[in-house]
Amino acid sequence: MTRLRQLRSEARFSLLGFRRSPAATFFTLVLPLVFLVIFTSIFGNSMVGPPGSEVRVATMYVPGILALALISATFMNQAIFVVVKRENGLLKAMRATPLPPWVYVGGSVGSSLVLTALMTVLVVGLGRLVYGVEIQTGAVPSLLITLALGTAAFSALGLAVTCVCPSEQAAPAITNMCVLPVYFVSDVFIILEDTPSWMSLVGDIFPIKHLAHALGHTFDPFADGLPMPAGNWLVIAAWGTFGALVAVRWFRWTPRN
Amino acid sequence: MNGEAHLAIEVTGLHKRYGDLEAVTGVDLSVATGEVVAFLGPNGAGKTTTVEILEGLRTRTSGDVRVLGVDPAEATADWRERIGVVLQGAKHEGDFTAAEIVTMWSAYYRSPRPTPEVLDLVGLGEAAGTRTRRLSGGQQQRLAVALALVGDPALVFLDEPTTGFDPAARREAWQTIDGLRSLGVTVLLTTHYMDEADHLADRIAVISRGRIVADGTAPELAAQVAMPSRISWDAAELSPVALSDRLRDLLRAQAAPSQAAAGTAAAERQTGQQAARPALATHDVGAAVRELLAAADAAGARLDSLAVQPPTLEDSYLALTDSDAVAQDADAAPPAADGRRGRTDGRKRRSSRQ
Repeated sequence: MTRLRQLRSEARFSLLGFRRSPAATFFTLVLPLVFLVIFTSIFGNSMVGPPGSEVRVATMYVPGILALALISATFMNQAIFVVVKRENGLLKAMRATPLPPWVYVGGSVGSSLVLTALMTVLVVGLGRLVYGVEIQTGAVPSLLITLALGTAAFSALGLAVTCVCPSEQAAPAITNMCVLPVYFVSDVFIILEDTPSWMSLVGDIFPIKHLAHALGHTFDPFADGLPMPAGNWLVIAAWGTFGALVAVRWFRWTPRN
Repeated sequence: MNGEAHLAIEVTGLHKRYGDLEAVTGVDLSVATGEVVAFLGPNGAGKTTTVEILEGLRTRTSGDVRVLGVDPAEATADWRERIGVVLQGAKHEGDFTAAEIVTMWSAYYRSPRPTPEVLDLVGLGEAAGTRTRRLSGGQQQRLAVALALVGDPALVFLDEPTTGFDPAARREAWQTIDGLRSLGVTVLLTTHYMDEADHLADRIAVISRGRIVADGTAPELAAQVAMPSRISWDAAELSPVALSDRLRDLLRAQAAPSQAAAGTAAAERQTGQQAARPALATHDVGAAVRELLAAADAAGARLDSLAVQPPTLEDSYLALTDSDAVAQDADAAPPAADGRRGRTDGRKRRSSRQ
């Protein structure tokens, strides 16, 4: 009971911190929606694809933007907020209280989960209302699994990346450096079709393309969610495990500066 | 749990080594329940290291430590329910109000004090709704104390509660710490200000180069070092050249400790004064004054500027710590101006070896 109360309290204050931070709010809540509008404006929303299996252009962008929002809510926010707390001596101070460390981490991941859920509603809602992109009913379980797995894995990677962030100023730069180049080869900003094979190979190695594709599966009007994207999940889970191991081994509670 | 009723803290033979650096070299310390004890020493003397070992935030190399009857190296959540910690330099979320931060921290404890009560305890009731970035330095320190009190602890650690504060903020922080006494809380605070230790604490333990060099009340410390009184006057009225050999020896004796403390602001001030204002250091004030007046008579000087100054606590403290801190303090720092930088360096050195 106590732990549940503590988890709720941590998540609540973590969200409050998020709400009071203009940068976090903009990059997580606003920017993905702006991107969705921009991309569909540039590339139009006509029907594309081979005859008989045509889809709207936005069908390809909605999952990419959802992936972007999820990564922002988890990976970016975890890393930046944890480093800020660490460098201000707050993680160390917290260690002197009876709060178990896992409750702090759990509350923080919980707040990311809330943000991810919120962004899913916003992105999917915008896609449906404005661009006519539908979630396939049969794909809802697959969507929920992907969102939960993605939140856990990218939160773990966010905690892992704090181990290489020397200061709170470095954290936004390092986290962006990790994800920005990968977005371009992961069907988030640009849908790669006739790409050089090395780019597609790079995209295959990292988890972002797998997240985008697992989400994209949800909107595929010809699949209805089946078969479930198990291969993509496996890669995401492997990266999440790697992140968790790094975080467990090298996470620090004391400031570096 | 033996002895807990009497001793909140019991430390014997505490050592801490970081690689080649021996930060704590045999600290013995005991703090009775309900006592307010100051842990006084210059930067880099091992205060923070010792206190963080007692808080269970650092491991030790050797020695016996009991805090509230428990070895902090095996700290449990139950034990942490009963201690409160104010770390040096922790900076809270500027976008949160004081009340929000206290409420957030109160969730960490099983039976916390209500937020308004905690804020009133430290005199922040009126600032409850103020974002912490708008709090003054003194108010922020009060907030830090509030967080240490929110779990209703039996023992509170305060690490340098006023370092870098202006006099008004210091005064404010002192009031808050004085208030802890009425709660019956045992307090161990570290400081490098003698006047702070004297003002706040029942007892002072002086640490220098990793070991305790004195332990007692302020008058006991003064008696322990038996510092001489100072007799000074303006050189314009009577040049030191006109003094007898015996008095000139006292002048030289006075110069010695200043050289030992070379590099500190206090020493520079002393040396500067010496040219214009010679000073004799003596335990026999009467004899020295008589001799000095005789010398003045002989030279036909008036000596309106004559002043006799008994030893101050600051003198005792400097004598206790300077005697063996000369080498180590080569990079140190007049406490007020550079103290913080020196400290940060120290912390960096330590944490990089964790």
